[in-house]
Amino acid sequence: MDNTVFSLSQKRILVTGSSSGIGQQIALTCGDTGATVCITGRDEERLQSVYASLPSGDHIQWSGDLADFDKLDELVDVLFPLDGVVLNAGMVKTQPVQFIKSEDLDRIFDVNIKSTIILIQKLLKKKKINKGASIVFISSISTQKATIGNAMYNATKGAVNSYAKSLALELAPKGIRVNVVLPGFVPTNILNGGHLSAEELAQHEKNYPIGRFGNPKDIAFLVQYLLSDASSWMTGSLIPIDGGFSLK
Amino acid sequence: MKDQFFEKLREILEAEDKEISLDDKFRDYEEWDSLANLSLIATIDDEYGVVIPNDEFKKIETVGALIQAIETRMASL
Repeated sequence: MDNTVFSLSQKRILVTGSSSGIGQQIALTCGDTGATVCITGRDEERLQSVYASLPSGDHIQWSGDLADFDKLDELVDVLFPLDGVVLNAGMVKTQPVQFIKSEDLDRIFDVNIKSTIILIQKLLKKKKINKGASIVFISSISTQKATIGNAMYNATKGAVNSYAKSLALELAPKGIRVNVVLPGFVPTNILNGGHLSAEELAQHEKNYPIGRFGNPKDIAFLVQYLLSDASSWMTGSLIPIDGGFSLK
Repeated sequence: MKDQFFEKLREILEAEDKEISLDDKFRDYEEWDSLANLSLIATIDDEYGVVIPNDEFKKIETVGALIQAIETRMASL
């Protein structure tokens, strides 16, 4: 078997929201499989720690808020031409629909979708995405199977899915592929502030036929595949990775 | 505060005639579910302007203890 097709060697990849959780693991997996990585995040200290964990190379770190749209030009300017982009930065805001506030809605749409659309626009305009590159969005299985209290979040991720399909169609002539990963529940810092008790989480875990929640590596390995040449005929796909959660 | 909070709790539980007392363990109510849990947290924020940290909220068992936690936080605003 030709395993080199899964290698990310010689590839240069941007991973947003990579100072912790799934994004951190994706960045480390990219680095471990040969890629040069640009990591971004709001927490400079944590970002530095991820940077220090990458294998030696010409990696870049950029600290800032992607929803501060004026700063996106700074990021685009420091970037090398990219063979891969992983749009992972995001936030969760749990609120029953009748308690949704306009300011929360603005913030979550800015962070989860608007910043992504603007970043991609700037990357394309400044020709920072190479022909044959792969773009991967981290969305959520919640777009396929709703959960209580996540209407705002689900709406943003639904927008991500739709945007990604349009993007895939427009970029296909350049050989740039666009795919979307739909993870089930992966306990990370973004979710640690949740309202569920340990008992409630244990109960929820029973909804996963594989018998456990995901971990960041589960997601990172799928993203590695999508960034690699092994998936070169794949574009516009929404891929659930959820331990079977959406089967029930 | 107490009567107003009871009324809010009845709204959340969608049980307008429900008998509520300070010693009730609210998570034991038959109407209690994850939506009620989230709605209670959101109501405390909306009505009283306080946020009870998750770790603390999870430890609160009774209606009375919840009211006390809200009052304590309001007093420190």
